[in-house]
Amino acid sequence: MLTKRIIACLDVDAGRVVKGIQFVDIVDAGDPAELAARHAREGADEIVLLDITATHEGRQTLLDTVRRTARMLFVPFTVGGGIRSARDAEQVFDAGADKVSVNSAALADPTLIETIGRSFGAQAVIVAIDARRDPEAADPVRDAQVFVQGGRKPAGRRVVEWAREAEARGAGEILLTSMDADGTRAGFDCALTAAVSQAVSIPVIASGGAGTVAHFADVFATGKADAALAASIFHFGVSSARSLKQGLAEAGVPVRFPC
Amino acid sequence: MRVTVIDYKAGNLTSVLKALRHLGAEVEVTDSDLGMVAAAERIVLPGVGHFAATHRLDATGLTPAISTAIARSVPFLGICVGMQWLYAGSTEEPNQTGLGQFLQTCARFPDGPEKVPHVGWNSLKVRADSRLLAGVEEGEYVYFTHSYRAPVTENTAATANYIETFAAAVECDNVMGVQFHPEKSGETGLKILRNFLAFEPTEPAC
Repeated sequence: MLTKRIIACLDVDAGRVVKGIQFVDIVDAGDPAELAARHAREGADEIVLLDITATHEGRQTLLDTVRRTARMLFVPFTVGGGIRSARDAEQVFDAGADKVSVNSAALADPTLIETIGRSFGAQAVIVAIDARRDPEAADPVRDAQVFVQGGRKPAGRRVVEWAREAEARGAGEILLTSMDADGTRAGFDCALTAAVSQAVSIPVIASGGAGTVAHFADVFATGKADAALAASIFHFGVSSARSLKQGLAEAGVPVRFPC
Repeated sequence: MRVTVIDYKAGNLTSVLKALRHLGAEVEVTDSDLGMVAAAERIVLPGVGHFAATHRLDATGLTPAISTAIARSVPFLGICVGMQWLYAGSTEEPNQTGLGQFLQTCARFPDGPEKVPHVGWNSLKVRADSRLLAGVEEGEYVYFTHSYRAPVTENTAATANYIETFAAAVECDNVMGVQFHPEKSGETGLKILRNFLAFEPTEPAC
């Protein structure tokens, strides 16, 4: 049976994990390679590394980080953040990523999705969408506004129509972050996730708002998510991917467990 | 042990090469060197993406070279599209023929309420006498990402279930294929690659 995926996310700046996942018993809690390996060992189904470095010098550091992180990782590995061209993507793939996640650059030039997909396969292209419900819209959920530049600027697109276009252009998966839910630890935006997941045939990864095991169970059942991103949840009560998956298995959610 | 990995420009080889090297294999890569294939000890044909990409194997003369190698009992492993290429063809690109080691044709998952592609970790049901999957327990999970699949036949070494039961692995003596990605399937995947690296040809049995 196909299982629901738990994806561990590491936010990285200048080669260090800057927030999100920390473990009390690791002295060097900020090393991406070490943390990624640990998450994989503890049952994470995939690893996402999001680079938040904006500088040019930072890109070389990122490639080194990707190379080091990929070396001992034998689960799917996605790299996102700052990928603006097919050349950027190629460098990240060569460094060992299996998939890239594109966001602002794909909105600025949607053909980027096709260009990367042609060379590396559709399965290698994740389109990340940051969306916020639009209370003014006829349908505040389906017509949630898409934002770029880390949520600072509206892109002038609506979440469902952009997700459909991304799929039509050959995206392999959608990584959907609810800006309303992000950081609240009050649960995923299940209505938003379901609206997008039911509008496309490609997998949708839910992100933003996770606080408890029940939130994950909910986004898989009600939100129709195919996968969910876990980042800061490992700070608050749920200590590892394994304990998260154990809780989900007990709740009847199909997960890769034991793992 | 030495492994020859065929590059036909269908996706990224980095992960496959990394996993094989991690297991101690000496890896060489070619996109056209027929001499290298003729001297190969083991061959891996990876591949993600579109079945049409396998046209490059015909254009470079690699198809008959691989055929000859298989006939002299060189262990061969096709991964994902590399497995599908072992069949007569795929409805994804009807004008492109496969190697024809297995006579069936690969086809897209049927449309319905379930999403296509099939992406994620799914469990295997393994045939007890499979050599490639020796030591893989019933219900172990591997990572899939594909929209086309091969039918279940007498050569199927493992099945998985998504929408329907399909061939997750195929095996006939030294000719082996996996629809999933062993290089991305954690310890279970590494175990399968280790089995392939240790595979010694025997008298044909299938």
